[in-house]
Amino acid sequence: MADNSYKLHFDIDGEDFSVAGEASSNIKKVLNKLGIPPAIVRKVAVATYEGEINMVIHADGGTIDVEITPECIKILLKDKGPGIKSIDLAMQEGYSTATAKVRELGFGAGMGLPNMQKYTDYMKVTSEVGVGTTIEMHVNI
Amino acid sequence: MDKSMKIRDIVDVIEATVLQGEELLDTEILSAYGCDLMSDVLAFVEDQCMLLTGLINPQVIRTAEMVDMKAIVFVRGKEPTAEILELAKEANMVVLATKLPMYISCGRLYEAGIKR
Repeated sequence: MADNSYKLHFDIDGEDFSVAGEASSNIKKVLNKLGIPPAIVRKVAVATYEGEINMVIHADGGTIDVEITPECIKILLKDKGPGIKSIDLAMQEGYSTATAKVRELGFGAGMGLPNMQKYTDYMKVTSEVGVGTTIEMHVNI
Repeated sequence: MDKSMKIRDIVDVIEATVLQGEELLDTEILSAYGCDLMSDVLAFVEDQCMLLTGLINPQVIRTAEMVDMKAIVFVRGKEPTAEILELAKEANMVVLATKLPMYISCGRLYEAGIKR
């Protein structure tokens, strides 16, 4: 179905927390324009935004690729950050390694990865300490 | 029956000023969420919802935008920056500010009929 797919790519700046979320906001606008049902758009938006925030606070930025097909929205998050020591722990609600500064901004409650899983139909986290993290997520339409 | 309220009437109930979105005040609100933790906001999804928060930074608008919040109320006299208001405008969101603290703001809304 390659002919029917629509692709988006974003480079995420890790320097500036105040612009974090810009890519997710753009993705949301595109999905709305494509006429994807609002409930699906919201799931993709939240999952992507959590991923984007994680990239900025933990990994000094990264990339987001989105592929939209008639059946599914596929999101690929990639960073060259410190990696996740224990994915099992990171998947637990409430577990966080975020700094006090990040918590003051309202994040770092240890809900990022659990929320991403909650809003997607498929999620695979691959991570290597010192190399980076890749997260693939699918939301069915 | 769930009761909805126009943002215009909410302004009176919580003694708020409208900082952004004067033209959107007839939007109906069905539910409200009072929270300073953005991660929790992202776990909460309701239709026609409004966020009350004491936290001031651009991510508050971004977060609210992701879950389709119709309005944001900054409580306890917090004043958002021009950058925050601009983001809200792009997201088609009403921004209100009140001097009342979080607990009183939520209590008044509950009393007025927003029960979830």
